[in-house]
Amino acid sequence: MYSEQVMQHFKNPHNMGEIENPDGVGEIGNLRCGDVMKITIKVKDNKIEDIKFKTFGCIAAIATTSMLTELAKGKTLEEAEKLTNKDIAEELKGLPPIKMHCSVLAANALKKAIENYKKKLTSG
Amino acid sequence: MAYLDSGATTIVDPEVIKAMLPYFTEKYGNASSSHIKGQEAKMALNEARHIIARSIGAKDEEIIFTSGGTEANNFTLKGIAFANKARGNHIITTKIEHDCVLNSCRWLETQGFEVTYLDVDEQGFVRTEDLEKAIRPETILFSVIHGNNEIGTIQDLATLGAICKKHKIYFHTDACQSYTKTELNVNKQNLDLVTLNSHKIHGPRGVGALYIRKDVKITPLLHGGGQEFGLRSGTDNVAGAIGFAKAVKLANKDHVEYMTKLRDKLIEGILKIPDTRLNGPKGDKRLSNNINVAFKYVEGESIGGYLDAEGINTSTGSACSSPKLEPSHVLLAIGLKPEEAHGSLRLTISRFTTEQEINKVLETLPKVIEKLRKMSPLVKFIKRL
Repeated sequence: MYSEQVMQHFKNPHNMGEIENPDGVGEIGNLRCGDVMKITIKVKDNKIEDIKFKTFGCIAAIATTSMLTELAKGKTLEEAEKLTNKDIAEELKGLPPIKMHCSVLAANALKKAIENYKKKLTSG
Repeated sequence: MAYLDSGATTIVDPEVIKAMLPYFTEKYGNASSSHIKGQEAKMALNEARHIIARSIGAKDEEIIFTSGGTEANNFTLKGIAFANKARGNHIITTKIEHDCVLNSCRWLETQGFEVTYLDVDEQGFVRTEDLEKAIRPETILFSVIHGNNEIGTIQDLATLGAICKKHKIYFHTDACQSYTKTELNVNKQNLDLVTLNSHKIHGPRGVGALYIRKDVKITPLLHGGGQEFGLRSGTDNVAGAIGFAKAVKLANKDHVEYMTKLRDKLIEGILKIPDTRLNGPKGDKRLSNNINVAFKYVEGESIGGYLDAEGINTSTGSACSSPKLEPSHVLLAIGLKPEEAHGSLRLTISRFTTEQEINKVLETLPKVIEKLRKMSPLVKFIKRL
């Protein structure tokens, strides 16, 4: 059902955890659907210097957030904002159609984290 | 390796395979043929029928071989509905049935029938007063799963059967998971129809049976050459029936005791993990081979995924295992919150399960849960809500 890439990221997730005193936080998902994702980022010189994820969810949910952190790390905020769920799914060599929503959630979690960072900048 | 998914299907007993083999290679006659080879097959088929009939207190001619449990349940619901239209159009079932019952009922609702889906209590038992209240003059059938496939609850068939008898409605049970594991007797339990199958008890896949009490009015399922007393035509699956009957003959009380011992060891060990709860009842009202546990803050498919990577096969009643994203309807019906239902895991054993397999699960599972909980944002998330 899952590609080898999905299973690899599931078994050995990259950047798992939570950044202390993060510059931006993005939380998304709901308990009914069984997916909750939390992305924390550290920003330096307009670039994502560090990123970590925590996920409650299925194999695809864990693999997509892991892949997202890999893709976003080191990118400028503008580049990172442009990351789509398709980018994540493609890097994972595809997702079952019913699991595509996991990649949507992962992409949106990052957007929320960046938004949260920008909001803090303007208000702080 | 550890196979903990015997509720999905079981290993076929080598004795069963041995019993079946001659019916592929030597005694391969069509049981409907009048020559000696055909009659040899017919006799074997009827002997198999007799063994299954006797195991539930039925008469031979009340056992109809089918392709399995799904067919027998479809046959019951549709066959009873269409044959008894003149009497009424109302069927009662429960919210914790197998999908083949629920989806047959939903289809019947599109054909002018009305269906009541009874609630169950927090351990999965039907409340007798709910059944009494649901029965109307136009009710024709009550169908309930005997041993629940997800949470192992064994219904009190005798009490429910007595209510059906009093109100003169047909009583059907789906005994796919419970057959040979707990008492099943069509007379003591007032049963009119019973679904049985072979591959949950170390018999072959592709064969099951439906018990139909002699005076029950039912529409034939398959029209054709008139096999199975005109109710289910098609060339008889003799080898399958032989294997099924052999599996029934091999099953005994020692197996149930053995499975119960392993089950309770597994339950006790798993519940030592913090923030876990057993879904379904404890003790002898639970199937001897079923364990279902909810782990807080983590999701079932991920638990299964990590266990699978360690060579442990389990299953989940969670959304992710099925094409729908809703959590298990059974777990929701016993009152679990969606996130608790998502975090549940089913482990089902058989008489072939070894102590070593149980130990492997008890060694591996706590580590898997710990890993996933470290990954889960829910610990804080839930506390904040």
